[in-house]
Amino acid sequence: MSIFLDRETRVIVQGITGKMARFHAREMIDYGTNVVGGVVPGKGGETCEGVPVFDTVKQAVAETGAEATLVFVPPPAAADSIMEAADAGIRYCVCITDGIPAQDMIRVKRYMYRYPKERRMILTGPNCAGTISPGKAMLGIMPGHIYLPGNVGIIGRSGTLGYEAAAQLKERGLGVSTSVGIGGDPINGSSFRDVLEHFEQDDETHVICMIGEIGGPQEAEAAEYIRNHVSKPVVAYVAGLTAPKGRTMGHAGAIISAFGESASEKVEILAAAGVTMAENPAVIGETIARVMQ
Amino acid sequence: MDIHEYQAKEILNRFGVGIPQGALAYSPEQAAYRAREMGGDRWVVKAQVHAGGRGKAGGVKVCDSDLEIQAATEAMFGQKLVTHQTGPEGKGIYRVYVEAAVPIAREIYLGFVLDRASQRVMIVASGEGGMEIEEISAEKPDSIVRATVEPAVGLQEFQCREIAFALGIKPGMVQQMVRTLRGCYRAFRELDATMVEVNPLVVTSDDRILALDAKMTFDNNALFRHSQILELRDKSQEDPRESRAADHGLSYVGLDGNIGCIVNGAGLAMATMDTIKLAGGEPANFLDIGGGATPERVARAFNLVMSDKNVQAILVNIFAGINRCDWVAEGVVRALRENPVPVPVVVRLAGTNVEEGQKILAQSGLPLIRATTLMEAAERAVAAWRADTQRNPNLRAV
Repeated sequence: MSIFLDRETRVIVQGITGKMARFHAREMIDYGTNVVGGVVPGKGGETCEGVPVFDTVKQAVAETGAEATLVFVPPPAAADSIMEAADAGIRYCVCITDGIPAQDMIRVKRYMYRYPKERRMILTGPNCAGTISPGKAMLGIMPGHIYLPGNVGIIGRSGTLGYEAAAQLKERGLGVSTSVGIGGDPINGSSFRDVLEHFEQDDETHVICMIGEIGGPQEAEAAEYIRNHVSKPVVAYVAGLTAPKGRTMGHAGAIISAFGESASEKVEILAAAGVTMAENPAVIGETIARVMQ
Repeated sequence: MDIHEYQAKEILNRFGVGIPQGALAYSPEQAAYRAREMGGDRWVVKAQVHAGGRGKAGGVKVCDSDLEIQAATEAMFGQKLVTHQTGPEGKGIYRVYVEAAVPIAREIYLGFVLDRASQRVMIVASGEGGMEIEEISAEKPDSIVRATVEPAVGLQEFQCREIAFALGIKPGMVQQMVRTLRGCYRAFRELDATMVEVNPLVVTSDDRILALDAKMTFDNNALFRHSQILELRDKSQEDPRESRAADHGLSYVGLDGNIGCIVNGAGLAMATMDTIKLAGGEPANFLDIGGGATPERVARAFNLVMSDKNVQAILVNIFAGINRCDWVAEGVVRALRENPVPVPVVVRLAGTNVEEGQKILAQSGLPLIRATTLMEAAERAVAAWRADTQRNPNLRAV
């Protein structure tokens, strides 16, 4: 098993006719992802990259049995698209869009809670590179070839830093069960803790790698969860040791505004919870290899 | 995006929050005139800069005559105000706000923030106003009252009453406090703020509740739907390099070191800075040129990094995914041919088509230092910077 996504998962792309969305839909299909359709209001009935386009997510679900969606919609409409997916009974949603207003995300999260847990959609992102279960399926914009199939579960905020980790693993012949991007925004769909819960249950995942950064309480919250509920070894790296306080470092959420939000404090909190820390980004692969021996 | 105190007060006042009488001035003469126009016998003049801590830095003066106002503001206009929030370079004073002094009975701290733990808007209040929230948390943590707002229904009256009673507002003034809290929340919600801070909110001896200072920060991601807020942007208060970068869709933060960084992706950019530090150097900047490193972006990035006079070496670290390394390498070569830089440049490419990318760099004839791993890149950048500054200590002084 992998988490969230496997070879059979039926996937749709919201906003599929946009230039970038179309490009990445093609990449996903070529990787082997079971893309069954797209949704663009007003373009129902058309075909894009060989799959049917629908006007609404409900229609797409009814016609194709779609279970997962990739939201590739511009920021002003992205929150609406996520809620549409949640309402249509989609099980798993990845939102790539960077630049969604924070208060829109607050409303999205509130909206998702109107569904009972057993039919509540899982959202990862926004502002992330997506999720990949190597060798099975890819729901995102990552270069699929840098991931080998294997037993390391990756959770990260950053896209390219996550690629860096995957590439370091590949160099050592180590592979990934699933890599999940949770995104760089202050209000996100799933936290480190939420994803850790899934990796802990997943037989294929033997080691978990967390790639955090400055800002927000989610690394500390994850540390607490690891201490009490995670039996698998966890390796972590936290970016931003040299980041100044009170400045936004690219990601809207990467800002030290409270106690416990700096990289050194997060490193300390995670280490105290029994997490093996990679001291610098160049040794993430090496540290995981050591832990796996 | 930040705005000035007087702008925040105008906005909050539109949402029903009480503020003292005040007026804006662009010169000492105008400031004195504003006070005469307003009447009264005591005024407070406040330098309008995008930073807290103005009082301690000399940016706030109490004056008893228009002559005093003229003298006080003459000393402000055109100066740089240096507070603990501005950094040593300070922020320029080009506007001054003149306000009628009010009789203060007590001061309250009031803040509205996006709380990332509850993923909701949180109200933070304390009877220990006038101090900064960090100080209050450290010294009087028990005085802090918190409430989160349920996003579906908004801030409720009972929550406002609870806060008012917890702060010891007397019963006859609770409704006024409720109106103030609801006004702040509506402004926060309707204008997509990320922070509203009223510090202090004062209770006057004649039973009014007024915002004596106000600070609002807006969500950059929501400015597309608030053109009236966007108009309040004051570029004189921004770091010129950072605003130029933002105008080009690049994310730049200037730092104190001397090794410039050009990286794609925010996380990788921070990780690159950290690695430079580990290798014994100091990063000069954070720069994320975005996931797709187009040649135009690379060229702009070189210009931007070189506009910092402290930069003595540059480290380019690109993880190419969909945009292949060969394409990124061509962009780097083109940018450096068109605009050669006088400092050593270390380039580390990783990802798709890395061999082709390396070949393009090697065959370019440019004096580039290449590296394969992140650590190697940082070590080479630090070594190149050391060698270069020893050989040519005045290289960048001119």
